[in-house]
Amino acid sequence: MTLTIETRSPEATRAIARHLAQVLRPGDVLALTGALGAGKTCFVQGLAEGLGVTGRVASPTFILMRAHRGPLPLYHADAYRLESGTDLLDIGLEEWLATGVVALEWADLAPEVLPRDHLALRIEVNGEGRQLHFSGHGPRSRTLVEHLRACAS
Amino acid sequence: MAMSSMLRSELILGIESSCDDTAAAVVEAGRRVRSSVVASQEDIHALFGGVVPEVASRKHVEVITRVVQEALDRANCTWRDLGGIAVTNGPGLIGSLLVGVSAAKAYHVATGLPLVGVNHIAAHLMSNFCDLPEQEGAPEDFPAVCLVASGGHSDLCLLTDFGQYEVIGMTRDDAAGEALDKAARLLGLGYPGGPALEKAAREGHDRFSLPRPALGDSYDFSFSGLKTALVRLIEELRGESPAGAVLPVADLAHSFQQAVVDTLVRNTMRAAEAYGARQVLLAGGVAANSVLRAELSAAGKRLGLPVRYPPLRLCTDNAAMVAAAGYHRLSGGQNDNTGLDVFSALDH
Repeated sequence: MTLTIETRSPEATRAIARHLAQVLRPGDVLALTGALGAGKTCFVQGLAEGLGVTGRVASPTFILMRAHRGPLPLYHADAYRLESGTDLLDIGLEEWLATGVVALEWADLAPEVLPRDHLALRIEVNGEGRQLHFSGHGPRSRTLVEHLRACAS
Repeated sequence: MAMSSMLRSELILGIESSCDDTAAAVVEAGRRVRSSVVASQEDIHALFGGVVPEVASRKHVEVITRVVQEALDRANCTWRDLGGIAVTNGPGLIGSLLVGVSAAKAYHVATGLPLVGVNHIAAHLMSNFCDLPEQEGAPEDFPAVCLVASGGHSDLCLLTDFGQYEVIGMTRDDAAGEALDKAARLLGLGYPGGPALEKAAREGHDRFSLPRPALGDSYDFSFSGLKTALVRLIEELRGESPAGAVLPVADLAHSFQQAVVDTLVRNTMRAAEAYGARQVLLAGGVAANSVLRAELSAAGKRLGLPVRYPPLRLCTDNAAMVAAAGYHRLSGGQNDNTGLDVFSALDH
């Protein structure tokens, strides 16, 4: 199940993320892909706003994961610098899944650790705008795509 | 210098395992570095049969006791000579931090030495005050403004005394070191990207105009837009030229690095003036960038402000800075116990 949403500004991208945040629950995984500068961190900033978590969302590339506390914690991780996706297991992926939402940037570099049911978001640059390609892998993620479709229409 | 009569010795063992590297060090009186061992250092790496702790916390487990023993040996001291143990307890990766903190607690229980947790950023600030054989640390002139720039951080800190600081600016998206690293990747330069970009930039000129984002009156940084601007510029250049034409990599590297350096220097100097700083300090891996060092020094000269930076081996993650920061906490009467917790991120 797929859905493409076009946004014209970083703020519009964050607004889509805020909508998604409304229906997330512990164990949900958002797998983000897209070129450098596509806006992956920007989307996660919107997610954090929607979840009402603490702390400022900045790129986790070098620190690998930044945790944000809140009613539903957000674990913002990044596979860009990893040699193997299994390194995410060493630094606590399973614990994050048990308690909060995981947003993983550069998820294509860590396919082996993604849960079977995850929401994939591929961000494509289109001049000033962006195309957000969502695809739901598994029943839970498909309901998330449906929710986004209802918001977008 | 803070009072130290409460400590039985001024030698403090520091332990650091907040991210990629495992490190231990012995520092005297928060200043004189007696030993500083980092597991990924070439000589140390060989000692441990090629086990390099990278991201995985289990690798920290494999080397931590050996790194600590090596730090004691190189300092020519034993547990009995020490006055306390300092350990980084955040921010960083929980699993990695736990390895250092658990080891420190075990040593604390086994030896009865006082234990204190140290903030990783506070420790970076202290690297400026460490004396090494090749370089003396900064004088105790406060207030000081310190730029901590690395792959994971771009923080501007105001120091009013040892261990007394506030973060007055930070990155809103990418850290400075991350921006440099990603630009190197976009330009097809090697890893680690920062040094590769610096090298390529030496052959180039500031030919392309790239943004130097300013965020109003704030001392915050934003490098994400600059990164996106470079992506676009590369696409344009590729579009203009016939297929297979080579990119002007050196000029692009130079222009990008210059934009990052200008932004760092501008905010740092604005803060130094606004807060009446008596010196400007630099810390973190990006402090190794020679263009940043030169331009910050030149800007300092124009304002009549001394600009100081630690030796290269204290810029990147190390435990000497942790021992130094721990000394000031311990001698100020601060202590932790086996309840010491780790934390992942600062809640700003």
